[in-house]
Amino acid sequence: MPTDIRAEIIKQIRRPAHWLLLAVALVLTLTFAYLIPYLGLSGRTEGPGSARGLDAMLPAEFVGSTVAGTPVFLGALAVIFGVLVAGSEYGWQTWKTVFTQAPSRPRVFAAKVVVTAAGTLLLVVTLLAAGAAASAAVAGLQDAPLDWPSPGELLTGAAAGWLITTMWAMLGVFLSVALRGVALPIGLGLVWLLAVQNLLSAVAAPLLDWIADLQRALPGPNAGSLVAALGAPEGAPGVSALTGAGHATLVLAAYLVGFTLLSGWLLHRRDIT
Amino acid sequence: MGGMNSPVETTALTKRYGDLTAVDQLDLTVRAGEVYGFLGPNGAGKTTTLRMLLGLIRPTSGSIRLLGRDPGAGHLDRVGALIEGPSFYPHLSGRDNLRALACHAGVGASRVHTVLQIAGLTDRAKDRYNTYSLGMKQRLGLAAALLKDPELLILDEPTNGLDPAGMADIRATIRRLADDGRTVLLSSHLLGEVQQICDRVGMISDGRLVAELSVSELASAGLRIVASPLTEAHECLGALVGADHVHSDGEALYLDAPGDAAARINAELVHSGLAVHELRVREPDLEQTFLELTGGGRRAD
Repeated sequence: MPTDIRAEIIKQIRRPAHWLLLAVALVLTLTFAYLIPYLGLSGRTEGPGSARGLDAMLPAEFVGSTVAGTPVFLGALAVIFGVLVAGSEYGWQTWKTVFTQAPSRPRVFAAKVVVTAAGTLLLVVTLLAAGAAASAAVAGLQDAPLDWPSPGELLTGAAAGWLITTMWAMLGVFLSVALRGVALPIGLGLVWLLAVQNLLSAVAAPLLDWIADLQRALPGPNAGSLVAALGAPEGAPGVSALTGAGHATLVLAAYLVGFTLLSGWLLHRRDIT
Repeated sequence: MGGMNSPVETTALTKRYGDLTAVDQLDLTVRAGEVYGFLGPNGAGKTTTLRMLLGLIRPTSGSIRLLGRDPGAGHLDRVGALIEGPSFYPHLSGRDNLRALACHAGVGASRVHTVLQIAGLTDRAKDRYNTYSLGMKQRLGLAAALLKDPELLILDEPTNGLDPAGMADIRATIRRLADDGRTVLLSSHLLGEVQQICDRVGMISDGRLVAELSVSELASAGLRIVASPLTEAHECLGALVGADHVHSDGEALYLDAPGDAAARINAELVHSGLAVHELRVREPDLEQTFLELTGGGRRAD
């Protein structure tokens, strides 16, 4: 297993697409969590974040502000990451090259899960570091005090962000294994995250009670609830305190485990054609 | 023959996809140390068979033993394979591709250096895979197959898509590997290829093994003779080589005989007072040989 993880690291670490995803995540987070709200605050421009208060940009709130993107746009990037990690093996037809080297399929899949989780951890840690730096810069510019969250709050925020992004990444892995490819899984994953979730919450849930109830069991609304509990600004896309943090954590963990087990089972059972 | 004397053994191996039977009751035995050519046209079931041997596809029924082991953990430990063309990570160099695969295979990094040398890729090892020519990609595929220093090599159409020089290069490498004592199971749809590097050939059609013969038998392509009167010539040759070995399509006679028998047969026909208008050695041709071996009838060249 450690050698399979090493193999997976060699494959993933030099892949430019992963670093591009990280850069996009960084730019989007800083833009929508800090730059646009700050410009709006200082009256230099109007934008979707202009109504946010200064408090959300200061160090005390940086954890919630930074992970606020995980229910939707960071989640979308995590889905793409998961699809690239697993689905590319179908696209490049490299599963056969790997499996003829004699490792067991569960071992190879477990290594993929470990590296996927490491990738999302790197994403969350990088975003939190950038968020901390941006919030410190805002505090400096506004002569506000540098009140940092406690280590416990920081750890909780990082863990929550990691849980959410890893869950989305494993959705990507699951879609790519189920559909044995890259393009369709990315397309379907993004349609779910960016369109269907919004339609369900904004259009269907107000009309039908059972869909409103269903929201409590879906991954997106629970991700939104979890980051809301951590201080993510209400009104950010997908952020809404629909359930409690404990409920949300359990639901997200169940999806994470479910996607992982289903993907592993499918990969183990199916022919490599 | 069993156990280590037969590195590859299948019994009644079958793979069905719904109503389609891709491989049908295949009994295949490859002897230790030989280069076995698995010959057949595209779609005959060659790749499906090899994928089943390697555990990539689950058989519908039947059994497989590789190097005396049943499928399961470790049954590919001493097996190297190249299936349906090389497939690697395009963003990695040749060396890094092999490093990753060596990690999966559980072999040391020093082996990567060795197989790069065997494949003649040391000079381009640092270059990205997506900059490689098809021939280099194929050689990298061979290098990957050799990572575990395997006793058995399973190669699926390893020269597919290569130019003549690339084909010759790969064939020479395979022959060298076989001369080192490895058993090689090689699929191909190129008769000339199996003639050059194989010891024995199995022919597959519609998923069934329809003939198994040595390469020397396969190379006996035969003679085409146009003589008159044709009926007398047919009787004369029948008396000479046996009636079962002479066939007629009404215009010419087809004789199962080695090419070096042409002069003797010509002399016999002339001596019998028959006019020989044409006598030539038929070049071995996969389709024709295949049709003949499967009883599909004879055709004129």
